[in-house]
Amino acid sequence: MILDRLDIDADEFRDGTGWEIKPQGACQGEVCVPLPEGFAVTSAAERLGMALVHDDEQGLWALGPATIGGHALVTAQAPDLVLPDLDGNPFHLRSLRGQKVVLVAWAPY
Amino acid sequence: MWQVLRNELHPLGLEVVTVSLELSGPEASRPYIEAAGAQHPSLLDPTHQMDALFGVVNIPNVIWIDEAGVIVRPPEPGWPGPTQLPESFTVRLAERAKQQAEAEAAGAPARPNIMGLILSGQDRPTYPDAIRDWVRHGAASRFALTPEQVVAASQPRARSTSEAAAHFELANLLWRRGAKEASIRHFNESHRLQPDNWTYKRQAWSLVGNDRVGGEFGRFAQVPLPGEEADWPFGSDFDRDVGALEPGQYYPKTM
Repeated sequence: MILDRLDIDADEFRDGTGWEIKPQGACQGEVCVPLPEGFAVTSAAERLGMALVHDDEQGLWALGPATIGGHALVTAQAPDLVLPDLDGNPFHLRSLRGQKVVLVAWAPY
Repeated sequence: MWQVLRNELHPLGLEVVTVSLELSGPEASRPYIEAAGAQHPSLLDPTHQMDALFGVVNIPNVIWIDEAGVIVRPPEPGWPGPTQLPESFTVRLAERAKQQAEAEAAGAPARPNIMGLILSGQDRPTYPDAIRDWVRHGAASRFALTPEQVVAASQPRARSTSEAAAHFELANLLWRRGAKEASIRHFNESHRLQPDNWTYKRQAWSLVGNDRVGGEFGRFAQVPLPGEEADWPFGSDFDRDVGALEPGQYYPKTM
């Protein structure tokens, strides 16, 4: 996720990374990583193994995905993907619960 | 086309969702989606969330998710049937192969068979049969993995992979803002840090290729134009990187 400041709150962190801040720590599916010092983006990033890259010239940070566990997925529970269609209407992957889904990544290149 | 397989399996409880990993806006993807006559959700992912959230590293990559929202196969190369390229595209490929054969006959160095390398690996014609099996048998299908197997079979992710994703996201934003030089610096960092992420590379190469070539196939021009090699702003290009692979590495066989 892109940041123009580091004092983001837990809701912004959840929307940008998929990790929800709960009393037991940062959680995704059944996996929770304790945050003994409470929530701050820098310490949460450190605990979750997220790279925080700063571009001095642009005054921006980018937070990479978590690396705890050493795999792209930390849980088989599908993340709550929300993406727009061609007309800009947001679509929630979650709305397809009850059906099997084949999710296909493609590109026009 | 996915639409055809979707029509076959939708009555049995399957939905297809396509996601286009293209940062330059909906118009680049629209002709393909409209030509497919897609009745399934056809989404746009301009910031490549699919890479960060699921570990997608090439396109096409396919993920299977069951009725409870549990992933039963992590991202892998997959197709709805045997590959069908547009005729205009295969004509161009044949022309290129003929020119290369003539050049080699005249003494030019042999070049890797890029198309052969791309077509090796995961079996295209039988992939949809695996989907059909899963749709009919659910968790009892031999293609459905357990949650532990899914996590273990998802892409390895090191600290450098996370750093690559962060650089890619900066590159993506800066390109859309028109800061192309700054963007290309971050693209190159993402390529250096995660060299086996082909969506990071193909996205970047296609943006520059399209700027230079334009037209119907501009986004597929992922190599420098002849004579412009010194002016190519990336550490590598499609033909060089794919040409350096062994058969089966570009679209690894997972089933």
